Amino acid sequence: MKKTTLFFRGQVRRALVLFALLPFVALSGFPVSSARAATTELTNVSYDPTRELYEQYNAAFRTYWKNKTGADVTIVQSHGGSAKQARSVIEGNAADVLTLALAYDISAVEKAGLIRKGWEKAFPANSSPYTSTMVFLVRKGNPKNLKTWGDLVQSGVGVITPNPKTSGAARWNYLAAWAWAHQKYNGDEKAVREFMSRLFRNVLVLDTGARGSTNTFVRNGQGDVLLAWENEAYLALAEHKNEFDIITPDLSILAEPPVAVVDAVVDKRGTRELATAYLNYLYSDEGQRIAGKNHYRPSNPKIAAEFANVFDLNVKLVTIHDPLFGGWEKAQTEHFNDGGTFDQIYSR
Amino acid sequence: MNKEIWIPRLLTAVSIAFVLLMLVLPLVVVLAEAFRSGLEVFLRAATDIYTLKALRLTLTATAAAVLLNTLFGLTAAWAVTRFSFRGKGVLSTLIDIPFAVSPVIAGLVFILVFGRISPLHPFLEAHNIKVVFAEPGIILATVFVTFPFVARELIPTLEARGTDEEQAAALMGAGFFTIFRKITFPHIRWALLYSVILCAARAMGEFGAVSVVSGHLRGKTNTLPLHVEILYSEYQFTAAFAVSAVLVAAAVLILTARNIVEHIAHKEDDLNVR
Repeated sequence: MKKTTLFFRGQVRRALVLFALLPFVALSGFPVSSARAATTELTNVSYDPTRELYEQYNAAFRTYWKNKTGADVTIVQSHGGSAKQARSVIEGNAADVLTLALAYDISAVEKAGLIRKGWEKAFPANSSPYTSTMVFLVRKGNPKNLKTWGDLVQSGVGVITPNPKTSGAARWNYLAAWAWAHQKYNGDEKAVREFMSRLFRNVLVLDTGARGSTNTFVRNGQGDVLLAWENEAYLALAEHKNEFDIITPDLSILAEPPVAVVDAVVDKRGTRELATAYLNYLYSDEGQRIAGKNHYRPSNPKIAAEFANVFDLNVKLVTIHDPLFGGWEKAQTEHFNDGGTFDQIYSR
Repeated sequence: MNKEIWIPRLLTAVSIAFVLLMLVLPLVVVLAEAFRSGLEVFLRAATDIYTLKALRLTLTATAAAVLLNTLFGLTAAWAVTRFSFRGKGVLSTLIDIPFAVSPVIAGLVFILVFGRISPLHPFLEAHNIKVVFAEPGIILATVFVTFPFVARELIPTLEARGTDEEQAAALMGAGFFTIFRKITFPHIRWALLYSVILCAARAMGEFGAVSVVSGHLRGKTNTLPLHVEILYSEYQFTAAFAVSAVLVAAAVLILTARNIVEHIAHKEDDLNVR
């Protein structure tokens, strides 16, 4: 018996070595990335509600690029909650361009060293080719008669919004509600907090992204009102005719979803020219009209005017640069980071 | 007396009701939704370029998981049941990690190890190796979550068999591979096949870990389960259920294969006893 065990010792060692080598065998089999090959492939990492917009825009851009250079280009899309998407790029998701929900998320990528300073001015209109705002999507006929933010805190109103920790839309509509309350209570911060606290007590489901919330409200029938991107609300309306109404509150926020070229990635892949052209074309008349048709407000006022019958262009819009918020950096720290006002009002 | 008759009946009725409600009903709903807008819509969704690419990736990851885990499972089961060595207890505990750890955490670990924030990153970057947010990451994540299946199935089988025959063979001068081929393998082949099938089934359906390392790049790092979620998010409900139906079909195939294997294995066991 003892002898056999001895005899096996060498085998044990061999088996263990084989076992230890496995991960390396596994790794060596992996195809080396094709990044160096001269492919004209462009990766656009975007946020949730832009799926339909970029599907149409990419087709238009492919045609434009083909006519201009004769080259075919493949555009790879990725969609998800804005903060989550920025995170994935920081962690190594090789996006050539970022088209996110708010500047803060692109700044996070800048801080990680992937985007150079000054990207906000690299393209016209604060690098925001289209804007949007936050509206209410309510069930047909508005049975709970919800007109503005103040109506949302009544008892028995079920509110659906994504989670401000992960979603751009949620942060925009949180700030819109805050701005409304600030005006209503003449800047009495205690009253504003109390209002926000009541608002979030009415929230039934906090999804991680805007599209998840839309599905919760539209498809699964939860809640009485969805706080949504204007474009997302129109899209839901188009998908489900005669089931919903859009209510534009008297005050909302001007959401400027920005775009940026990811310098570290395009320099490595040699796609800077293509990436820049891709974002620039968003500002062309065709790009602007595609944005308008997808219910984004075109940043070019001339094209925006073509859609005056769709959008309520007269709604009072505060911006993130309003002294109340002082830009995304400040707003993020004050409201959404750990221990910020959102944590305070939500845990209460 | 009466009690003894109705208790098993009641239990059977409860289990059948449960199975119908929890397993059969959802499957029926998936199929009904998939074909709701007609066969043509179903076929268009099932043969869409992104669906096909997702299918290819899912099959690649499944094949890799089956291959690597079979290799690993065999070596690990062999090592744990045939030899005593220091750290044996640790090894057999480590094998179970993927069962205990949430797949999401597994995904995050891969991001930390192979992502841009990892200390390994400069090396990977210099050699142009992309792991996470690319196919290798998907494969790694799939391999990870299906890691224990083969080993866990083989260890009890090998333990039950004992080591007598192998020791006899060793005494008679048979080498490692001869022993494996002539004695060990014939005993475990059905258990091995069975575990491979389970491994494949789990690999095809993996969502959590893969979702974290995927980056959701359409046509590049989307597996079928991820593709279902994307379609669902894009209001393409019929297409989402059509792709789900493809996954269901694959699952049914795998289960059929499993039953056949079980059946044959039983038959052979009976023969062996005789």
